[in-house]
This record gives sequence, C-alpha cells and structure tokens, in this order.
Amino acid sequence: MGFIDITLQLLRGFGTTFLLFALTLLLSLPLGLLFCFGSMSRFIPLRWLSRSVVYVIRGTPLLLQLFIVVYLPGILLDAPITKWSIFNGNVLAAYFFGALFAFVLNYSCYFSEIYRGGIESISAGQYEAGQVLGMTKRQIFFKVILLQVIKRILAPISNETVTLVKDTSLARSVTVYEMFFYANQILTTEALLWPLFYAGLFYLVFNALITWLFNKAEKKLSYFRA
Amino acid sequence: MAIYEIKGIKKSFGNTEVLRGIDFSMEKGETVAIIGSSGSGKTTLLRCINFLERPDSGKMYLNDELLFDAEDKKKLNENEIRSKRLHFGLVFQQFNLFPQYTVFENLCLSPKLLAKERPDYRSDKKNIIKNIEEKAKDLLSKVGLSAKSDSYPCTLSGGQQQRVAIARALVLNPDILCFDEPTSALDPELTNEVLNVLKSLAAEKITMIIVTHEMSFAKDVADRAVFMDSGVVVEQGDPKKMLTNPESERLRAFLNTVTL
Repeated sequence: MGFIDITLQLLRGFGTTFLLFALTLLLSLPLGLLFCFGSMSRFIPLRWLSRSVVYVIRGTPLLLQLFIVVYLPGILLDAPITKWSIFNGNVLAAYFFGALFAFVLNYSCYFSEIYRGGIESISAGQYEAGQVLGMTKRQIFFKVILLQVIKRILAPISNETVTLVKDTSLARSVTVYEMFFYANQILTTEALLWPLFYAGLFYLVFNALITWLFNKAEKKLSYFRA
Repeated sequence: MAIYEIKGIKKSFGNTEVLRGIDFSMEKGETVAIIGSSGSGKTTLLRCINFLERPDSGKMYLNDELLFDAEDKKKLNENEIRSKRLHFGLVFQQFNLFPQYTVFENLCLSPKLLAKERPDYRSDKKNIIKNIEEKAKDLLSKVGLSAKSDSYPCTLSGGQQQRVAIARALVLNPDILCFDEPTSALDPELTNEVLNVLKSLAAEKITMIIVTHEMSFAKDVADRAVFMDSGVVVEQGDPKKMLTNPESERLRAFLNTVTL
C-alpha cells in the first residue's frame, strides 16, 4: 500500500470520525443544558435523578459505557442493536448509533457540569439587578446571564471539544470504522507503523482548527469583563 | 399624607430574627437616611421593600393602598411581583451593571423590554423607543456621564459605575428610589461624586431611602434619619438633632463608633 492509498483509507475513516464528533457535539451541547437544569431543579426527584446519572457517567470509563450501550441489549434483553428494525440490517449503522448514543450521554454529563459551574458563578447581584428593573426570569436569563455564562465556559467547553476529537478513536472498540481503526488495520495487515502517526497528525491538525475557532470566539467576547 | 408606610415588618432567616417589627412611613419628596451598625437589618429592610425578600409578617402601603400583606398567603405570581416592584428602584452597593452592555444599553434594556408589554407598542413603537432613548440620554447627562454613553462598565471607575446604576434606576421612574450603601464599595475620593448626584436628586425632591454610613451626608442632605439597631427602629427624626444630640443610649453608643 502506497502513501496515496493510505491517505485515502485514513480520509475515509476520518469521515466517520468527523461525523461521530460533529453529531456528538451537536446533540450533547443542548442535552447537557437539560441535564444542567435537571441538576439545578427545585423538584427533588428530578434533581436527584439528573445528578445520579451525571455522577455515574462521569465516574466510569467511556469505553465501558460504549460496551454497555452496544452489547447490553443483546446480552440482557436478547435484542442486539444490530437486529433492531430501524437499522434495516445495516450492522455498521447500528454500531455507529450505539457509539453515538454513548458519546452523547457521556459528553452531555460533562457539559452539564460546565454549564452548572458557569451559571452558579454569576453573582446573585446580576439576577437581583434584573429583578428590581422589572425583568422576568426568562428575560434575566436570556438577556443578562446567558452571554456572561458563555464567556466564562468557553475555555472549559473548548477543552472538552478537543478531548472529544481524540475520544472518537475509542469507537473502534465497538466496530465503528473510524480513522484509528483503519490506521490500526494497516499496522496489522501491512506491518506499517507510520500510518498511526500519520493519523495522529490528522487529529492534531483538526484540533488546531478547533482551538483557533474557540480563540476567535473568546476574542469576540473579550470586549467585556464578567 | 404618607406616600409609603410599613407596619410591623418581621423577617427571620432560619433562627436569626433580622427584622423584629419595623414601623416606618415617609412623605413624597422626602429623603430618608437609614443608619445603624452592620447586622442591624438595614439591608434586609431595603430588600423587603423591593420584594427581593418576603417579610414573615407585616403590611406595606403605597399611597394609602395596601401593597403587601404577609397574612395573605396566596403566592404572588411573577407578573404581580414585578408590577409591585416597579414602584421602587434599588441601587446596590456593588453597582451590578450588566457587563456585556454599554452604559447606554444598560439604561435602555429594561424600559425597552417593559415597553413591549404596552398595548400601544406595535402601533407606536418608534415614538416609544425614541422617548426611552431620549430619557436615557437626559439622565446620563444629569449624572455627568454623557461622554461614557458607549463605554462598557469595565472601563469605568467605581464612582462612574455607581452613577450609571443610579441613572439606570431612574429611567423607570420609581415612586421611591432606594440605595443600599451606595458609596461603601468606593474609594474615598470617588465617594463625593456619587454623593453629589444624591444631593442633586434630593434637591429635586425625588423620594429616596438611603442606607448609608456617611453620617455627615445623612446630616446635611437627609430630611429625616432613621436609626436601626438589632432589627428595630430605635430613634428617628431630624438628622441634625439626632446626630448631634441623640436621645437614646444605643444611638449615642453607635455615634461614638463612627466619625462624623
């Protein structure tokens, strides 16, 4: 296998890597907000449930969560996800969605804690200033609090996002053919080590792009101090 | 006729009784200075007046109409509380400007949101917005900060921020404007610029309640002083008389600990 073949092979895998990354980010950012509101809710059963989920997910390895989501339905309920009718016999799609589910759940929990920290770090005075000016709770959250929270959580969110890019390589353990799967396959079939480092370069460049985007966003919000 | 009157206001936090039956009334156009040591309940009283805390018992009247009655256990909904709150304004010790908005936007944000609730908003939008913005400009020039209209709060000094906060509270035309130690977070040299604004408001007969540690200010500017200690009003009256010739032992002891 030559350089071009290997590049194409890795790019093919990178398509899956990117899809897993983008869908996880797109779904877990809003879902994290739901977990966050759950964890801050005054309705105790909901708060308890939400905090327990976050506690367990953050306290166990993502790899284990991947195995549980992908294999447990088959072992416990005799209904392996590959046989679910929505996947129409597409085994790879089934594994991909299983992995996506685990990733979204995992990252939602991390994001929810970042949101919670951000929201709770805003001083009570900001809420009270809004209240005495006759604003509604909704208005206070959306017009006063939200942007300050976004500014404060941008750095930790950027951290998690960069980690997510690299974590996608775990998906190969549940038969998702992402980039690292291909790099490893070339290692075992062609006895070539360098494609692994080549794949590493892909991650590095992609993360450089993400870091650049977050820096831009941070600069954009640097006009005020919060 | 009293514009505002409160009767028997009590408030506890857990086992700590912070307000132990406050009676108090004021006239329109009056400037009342509330003095007293830390922990005497001054701030809690202001927060009750502004509906940031709910008193455990007591009544409040505005223009002789019942505004709040602790006996009425029916929970007020958000809009009811908001409309009651809007009779009052509150300027905080820590300014609490909104950092992501310019000075001008800080002034306009809430009146513009409130305007949307007016029935004639759609038909008369342009005029309403124009009036709000003109009012905001007038108030900024009144507090001497027209030049800072487009600045962000983080670029202003503490004294300037507090003057913006005062203008922001005035945009909504409150019946009574409350100040919670408005100069306590300021360096001494910045205190005067805020006190001067307060003086000019007092001269304009804006009805104000000012919690303050500035005894000389209370003496010179306030129409009346109210001395609180351990959650009760101990003495009130003409500030010049009270502060130079206190009747109660507790006020005398307090005045000995502060400099005039």
